Amino acid sequence: MVEKIYLAIPLLPLFGAIAAGLFGRYIGRSGAHWITILSVLGSFVLSTIVIKHIIFDHASVYNEAIYIWMISDGIRFEIGFLIDELTALMIGIVTFVSLMVHIYTIGYMRDDPGYQRFFSYIALFTFSMLMLVMSNNFLQLFFGWEAVGLASYLLIGFWHQRETAILANLKAFLINRVGDFGFLLGIAVIFAYANSLDYAEVFAKAENLSLQTINIFAGSEWNVITMICILLFIGAMGKSAQFPLHVWLPDSMEGPTPISALIHAATMVTAGIFMVARMSPLYELSETALNFILMIGSITALFMGLLGLIQYDIKRVVAYSTLSQLGYMTVALGASAYGAAIFHLMTHAFFKALLFLAAGSVIIAMHHEQDMRKMGGLKKYMPITHWTSLIGCLALIGFPLFSGFFSKDSIIGAVQYSDLSAANTAYMALLAGVFVTALYSFRMYFMVFHTRDRMDEHTREYLTETSWVVTMPLVLLAIPSIFSGFIFEPIVFGEFFSRSIHVADSHNVLNELGSTFEGIQGFVMHAFSGPVTYLAFAGVGVAYWIYVIKPQFAVDMQHRFNLIYKFMDNKYYIDHLYINVFSVAGRAIGKVLWKLGDNVVIDGFIVNGSARAMGWLSNVLRHLQTGYLYHYAFAMIAGMIALISMFVIAVNI
Amino acid sequence: MNMSDFALIVPEIFVLTMASVILVIDAFLHSDRREIFYLLALTTLFGAIILTWVNHFDGRALGFNGTFVVDTMADVLKFVIYLVTAAIFVYSRQYLKARDLFKSEFYILGLFAVLGMMILISAHSMLTVYLGLELMSLSLYSMVAFNRNNVLSSEAAMKYFVLGGFASGVLLYGMSLVYGVSGTLDLAGVSEYLAAQQSFSAPILLGMVFIIVALAFKLGAVPFHMWVPDIYHGSSSVVTAFISTSAKLAVFGFSMRLLIEGMGIMQDSWRDILIILSVLSLLIGNIVAIAQTNIKRMLAYSTISHVGFILLGFIAANPEGYSAAMFYTVTYAITGAAAFGIVILLSREGFEADNIDDYKGLNYRNSWYAFLMLLVMFSMAGVPPMVGFYAKLLVLKAVIGQGMYWLAIVAVLLSVVGAFYYLRVIKVMYFDGAEDRNKIIVGSGVHAVLSSNALLALLLGLFPGTLISLCLTAIS
Amino acid sequence: MVALSDYLILGAILFCLSIAGIFLNRKNIIVLLMSLELLLLSANMNFIAFSHFLGDITGQIFVFFILTVAAAEAAIGLAILVVLFRNKRTINVEQIDTMRG
Repeated sequence: MVEKIYLAIPLLPLFGAIAAGLFGRYIGRSGAHWITILSVLGSFVLSTIVIKHIIFDHASVYNEAIYIWMISDGIRFEIGFLIDELTALMIGIVTFVSLMVHIYTIGYMRDDPGYQRFFSYIALFTFSMLMLVMSNNFLQLFFGWEAVGLASYLLIGFWHQRETAILANLKAFLINRVGDFGFLLGIAVIFAYANSLDYAEVFAKAENLSLQTINIFAGSEWNVITMICILLFIGAMGKSAQFPLHVWLPDSMEGPTPISALIHAATMVTAGIFMVARMSPLYELSETALNFILMIGSITALFMGLLGLIQYDIKRVVAYSTLSQLGYMTVALGASAYGAAIFHLMTHAFFKALLFLAAGSVIIAMHHEQDMRKMGGLKKYMPITHWTSLIGCLALIGFPLFSGFFSKDSIIGAVQYSDLSAANTAYMALLAGVFVTALYSFRMYFMVFHTRDRMDEHTREYLTETSWVVTMPLVLLAIPSIFSGFIFEPIVFGEFFSRSIHVADSHNVLNELGSTFEGIQGFVMHAFSGPVTYLAFAGVGVAYWIYVIKPQFAVDMQHRFNLIYKFMDNKYYIDHLYINVFSVAGRAIGKVLWKLGDNVVIDGFIVNGSARAMGWLSNVLRHLQTGYLYHYAFAMIAGMIALISMFVIAVNI
Repeated sequence: MNMSDFALIVPEIFVLTMASVILVIDAFLHSDRREIFYLLALTTLFGAIILTWVNHFDGRALGFNGTFVVDTMADVLKFVIYLVTAAIFVYSRQYLKARDLFKSEFYILGLFAVLGMMILISAHSMLTVYLGLELMSLSLYSMVAFNRNNVLSSEAAMKYFVLGGFASGVLLYGMSLVYGVSGTLDLAGVSEYLAAQQSFSAPILLGMVFIIVALAFKLGAVPFHMWVPDIYHGSSSVVTAFISTSAKLAVFGFSMRLLIEGMGIMQDSWRDILIILSVLSLLIGNIVAIAQTNIKRMLAYSTISHVGFILLGFIAANPEGYSAAMFYTVTYAITGAAAFGIVILLSREGFEADNIDDYKGLNYRNSWYAFLMLLVMFSMAGVPPMVGFYAKLLVLKAVIGQGMYWLAIVAVLLSVVGAFYYLRVIKVMYFDGAEDRNKIIVGSGVHAVLSSNALLALLLGLFPGTLISLCLTAIS
Repeated sequence: MVALSDYLILGAILFCLSIAGIFLNRKNIIVLLMSLELLLLSANMNFIAFSHFLGDITGQIFVFFILTVAAAEAAIGLAILVVLFRNKRTINVEQIDTMRG
């Protein structure tokens, strides 16, 4: 019975995707959205059953193969599900956000000619993401990993008439290739050394692997576990857009806004976080890898947040904030605070999806204008969007009692307790990040909803609140954005993940943090004794001062620090590095190899040469088939005599 | 002999009865009500499917004093034969009607051929092997000649008959030697006799070579392949489809019975012969196919190369290899049926779509059939995730498992050569302009059967597990 | 007393004769069909000889089946020959070469 439920959860969206994708023409626009929404709703309902079953009834962990694809040399390739607290929580988040986005899409894509195609893609994405999180082996994980990448690629380039969209999805595709290459190599190392692709079997051998080393270049010995962890994390860096593989995420905003909410904020980009948490038994064995993760995470958390300060495109601000928040989760992973990372993943999924959808709502109302300099004063036109955005911003900056407060504070607290060498740097970066987060969030909030109206007359005339299919998901997402923080105690400090996540005793920062924990009240009071909350308040205050009271100040600063501004406006020149150095060099090498190696040696000599030889041979050999019966009989008899003389006479003499 | 013996051959009895019934009805029925024969023939096949399904049991039973055997391998092969034959019957209707050949004889001969195949697959004595083989072959000769007013058909039938008769004669001569030495016609008895020998005498080796020559002929392995291109070319496309799919399955069963069950102990003696045959088949099949302009001839040479692969499975000489060969044969029959199905489909009155140029721009005429052909060609070329890839992979794995790396390398290199002519068909379909602008008219039944036939090649490639394990149980 | 080997030599001679007939003959298809019959007879000769000397009756039973099948085969062969002649107006082996390559 439970098996059927587990199976139905991913298959329902797949069914919806196939129906809307292949038969979209027959079932029409409303047919497409009904069928996909109902199928995702079905998955969501089933997920809640699973959550009740696993989390509240404490049912035993389900870890079974559903279908054995093949067995080769004793290694099983299979499709299987591992359902524990981590999975249950993830499928709950994925199906809930996906459902909200499906409903929202009806309003957002109303006039789009690719309506059915869009629903098919997002349902396909939901299926892939569910397969990824429910997997119990690396093969299926990789399948889900690539399938969500495919859906993301298709959706970023959804408006394929726009050149920028095509460039953006090409970029996302290429950057993710880099990450996936690392990921695949990591799986290959696991496969080679553990001889299995099953999570449980690999984890059982992890201790053993940590004692082995790989010799890659002469003289450099690598610990196998460190190797695996770093390679897998490179995959996570691509998918979860960590520095320096983050450049695709801001550009992915070329896709329709529901996609930015679903894929590029709430679910797909958190796949990397989920994967590392899932692999905790491996990561716990390698401090090198954990330090590496801490460094990458803190760089992303601070420096990507800074870029949010100078963006004027509303979606890009939210995108950079996503990058920065992903950095927070990564830092939590590095500090072995997996529970806090997953908890932040959850709260972030709610409030960031909310912020994106609210931004989308603004964009609809502004007739697809995304520049914040042309907005302002929207509070009076769009009350629901305004209030829900405010809730989203407060949650994002970690305002006390909002969901983000609990998750972010536990991450920062946990990092404080970490003994890893990179932990101090990370702690400082996160603290600075809190201020920056508050600053850019409220910069956006004030620029959009307060200050004077800057839009043109025509737009103002038609400016109203958007329809209920848009606002309903906003309200539904606002609720968990406020309240989901209150359940943080069991998830972060309790034994909640004890069956899914393994933390080594020496790294157990959450336990240390938890030992000082004295109820939610105490936690809030404690927050006021540290710098975190004050930094957030300061950020809001500064934002108010700069963008509402003295708007001229920002312009002055921009002129005064023009060099720094330019540096940031060019996104630290990382894109330039990739485009003008790496790809130019790569293309130059490629051109040489192509001209010399390919054209002359391979094409000219090997390919065309052998093809010509084969063609010639073929034309010669076909004349053996003369058409004469007695020649055919002769060939048979000759063959027979040859065989007899070779195998009978030769043997007997 | 007792009643339980008859229980074993219920499907055979059913097919025989139905074929005879159709024959009798034909004498009394007016000629414009031929549709009924078509339906009866399909009913027969579906009845046989059900009977074989119901009759199936795990394990193995011998009947009629050990001359007849029923086991999983027999049931699986028969099952696929029914399905493939039914599909070809469905494809044939329109084609035969357009040529005024839609007559009961075609279906009666087809059913008798199927009966011959069933007996051949279940034969457990040289006598039953011979009878099954002849029943199948004689029906096939007549089917090739069925298009009476066509020069190519009658020429092909004559060539097929003479060379086939020659191969049967050689087979009989070989059997007589084996009989004379071992003193029994029973395959188990032959196997027992061989097991007791220290070394093999010249007469038994001679008998073995003769039998292998006959097998190689029926399979179409080089140098006993000369009939294949001409017969594929000359016969009506429906008959070609039948010969290259259903008959191939039966011949696989034939090889398993005679070579493995009867003379498996002599594997050290026949292995080298098969290696020669296999390499030559891969070589000639793949290389000569490049020069073909007629798609039926091209598919004939491609069949020869596939036979080379099937032989590789035998060369491995262990259950893994045999089951790989069986998987290869079954999947080849399925993809082959789809390939010829499309050739049949594109033919119409007075026009055989048998030149590769006839496929130019098929994508613009009907993108779905172009896509199906693409799937089939990819599968035959062994491109993942099509089933042809797994078939090749399993066979190669079996060969490598025996340490014969060079053989695997030769096979892979030659199948790369082979990919060229399959891809050429795809190139012609997708990148050349259409010359033929006639509309493709297809009945919904044919459309459904052909689509599922071709998609099966993809589906089995995505989920090969079930069929692979079925082949493994069938052999062990 | 005629020994087993004598029969087998006779069978082998018949076999070789028929093979020679098949690929030496360049004129008439009917000769080909006759050679095929001869081939079956050589196998029959072997079967009967072995059957007799082994004291095992199954070989002779096999021969009955072969004879029956051979009759059917001859009928079909001649039928195909007639069809071929109607289409090509010749039964000369050298002229049956429409398909080649």
